[in-house]
Amino acid sequence: MTAAGSAPLLDVQDLSVSFRTDRGLVRAVDRVSLHVESGETLAIVGESGSGKSVTALSILRLIDTAGSIDGGRILFDGEDLLRHDEATMRAIRGDRIAMIFQEPMSSLNPVLTIGKQVGEPIRLHRGSVWKQAYERAAELLRRVRIPDASGRLKDYPHHFSGGMRQRAMIAMALACRPRLIIADEPTTALDVTVQAQILALLKELTREANSALILITHDLGVVARYADRVAVMYAGRVVETATARALYADPRHPYTAGLMASIPTLDGDVEGSRRLATIPGQPPDLAALPEGCAFAPRCPHAFERCGQPPPLEETEAGRFSACHFRPPSGGAQGASPRMEQNAVTR
Amino acid sequence: MYAYLARRLLALVPTLFFASLIVFISMRLIPGDVIDLMLAQNDITTGQDRARIEAALGLDQPVYVQYFRWIGGVLTGDLGTSLWQNVPVTEQLKATLPITFELGFLSLIVALTVALPIGVYSAIRQDTAGDYIARSFSLLMLAVPGFWLGTLVMVFPSVWWRWAPELEYTPFFTDPLANLAHMIVPAILLGLSMSAVTMRMTRTMMLEVLRQDYIRTARAKGVGEWLLIARHALRNGLIPVVTLIGLQAPLLIGGAVIFEQIFVVPGVGLLLLEAVFQRDYPVISGVFLVVGVGVLLINLLVDVSYGWLDPKVRHE
Repeated sequence: MTAAGSAPLLDVQDLSVSFRTDRGLVRAVDRVSLHVESGETLAIVGESGSGKSVTALSILRLIDTAGSIDGGRILFDGEDLLRHDEATMRAIRGDRIAMIFQEPMSSLNPVLTIGKQVGEPIRLHRGSVWKQAYERAAELLRRVRIPDASGRLKDYPHHFSGGMRQRAMIAMALACRPRLIIADEPTTALDVTVQAQILALLKELTREANSALILITHDLGVVARYADRVAVMYAGRVVETATARALYADPRHPYTAGLMASIPTLDGDVEGSRRLATIPGQPPDLAALPEGCAFAPRCPHAFERCGQPPPLEETEAGRFSACHFRPPSGGAQGASPRMEQNAVTR
Repeated sequence: MYAYLARRLLALVPTLFFASLIVFISMRLIPGDVIDLMLAQNDITTGQDRARIEAALGLDQPVYVQYFRWIGGVLTGDLGTSLWQNVPVTEQLKATLPITFELGFLSLIVALTVALPIGVYSAIRQDTAGDYIARSFSLLMLAVPGFWLGTLVMVFPSVWWRWAPELEYTPFFTDPLANLAHMIVPAILLGLSMSAVTMRMTRTMMLEVLRQDYIRTARAKGVGEWLLIARHALRNGLIPVVTLIGLQAPLLIGGAVIFEQIFVVPGVGLLLLEAVFQRDYPVISGVFLVVGVGVLLINLLVDVSYGWLDPKVRHE
């Protein structure tokens, strides 16, 4: 999967994670394999419940107590993170791997100053005294373009707007110049106008620091603009991986094709009413997955073989897809008899 | 901040006014009046003497006249004179208040040193044996009445080990150790009974806080377990706990009445109890007034402390 000779920065192999729930053990992540090269941006795309956030949290071993990692390896810089003890993991978190969360409103501690929260990783991992940590925090806040950065160190999160809080989160993530930043839907909770700014900033700063970025999103527009490579997840599995360009040009998995078809565009007919394609049905219940391909019940191309689970196979160099159906050239986009056309007045 | 304090202090006045009314009236509703008690004690039965004593004590006036006389005195710092002891109520309060204050303060320390660590422990070890033990203990402390526990502590150690709690009061400034030796047992019992609710509240709040997104953020930064509790969780969790402590202040007074009686601590509680038995109206009114002011001030203090705990409610 990787360029010969050089190991990827992060190599997740056959990761499985399950959660204890009232309805029994639920497998949220099922034999997921991913890799991220140094400096690369990988987008993980999927609906809510597809396992993308759990995958991300598992990399830092931060899933809550109801969940457990059942198998697989998470190789980071060649070391298996699943074999580390808690203290070693703590030393990695926030230092070599940092994470940015979805909700900037609730992800910052309301009773601690911005300066304290941004400076904390430096104090923890660099052993700096607070004075130095604050200085560096001010510098970081300047880099995420917060005006009057040093004056705002003493502010509390409630003094900041949503966009500013997410900038502060980015500053916090960048604090120790991590090799890898995981951003879990970093802009979902923000205004559309702010979203683009935040993503551009994130991309620019990670490139500057030569950090790799895992961008978790359900927004294919974001993927097109900011990702180098994409992994599409469905029901806890990776169903397709490709470069962002290739995926857009020619989605191979019917689920990816369905996602692409359901992106609203503005070049519809001028008459007013245009129909937006949707994928029929609901994402499956993880506690009661079908035997074979989890997407089969919603898939326009499903046939008998789909009762067997499809392996993730390389269809061409650098492209992987988990589907028994092999579309003729031109992708899975063309023939979609069951891709219903729902009326959306625009 | 000062404007806020001034506003809050001003708001105490109507509250206290109504409290004083209620106390004054309810006191007269207790069956049997002070004159009957005095007459019975002194074997006097004639109506003439009765009228004379009533007039001397000012009890021949209508209740509202008595009330305005009393409230007029209060406004000039005079809480009246004990009907039995002929001592100004202010003098009695001066002698007893510091003692009850000490008992309350010690109990609060006991309550917090028990409740906070156990509450936090119970939360971070949720559903383990330790958590169950802590929670059962707290339920037990809630269920067991203080007077019964107090009596047990008086009786059983003396039977089993020929040891009994100290029952002689020594002023703190005369001999601090002797003073503490006496006060510590009622303080522990009172503190434990307060700690039950506080512990459960701490546990609930910590569980709530530990689920918050910012705790996950802190973990993702590599913050260790201790720092996570101390820096990131505790202050957020304490905000409602502090409110609860404020609300428990009246409980503290109620407890003081019981434990001061059992352990012979000459505080306000004991003063109040004797005054109620003797229908010593000015003393009862005085104690209630001071206790009322105390409870209101504690709650004011609680509100002010939010400013320190929660930057969002800082009174600028």
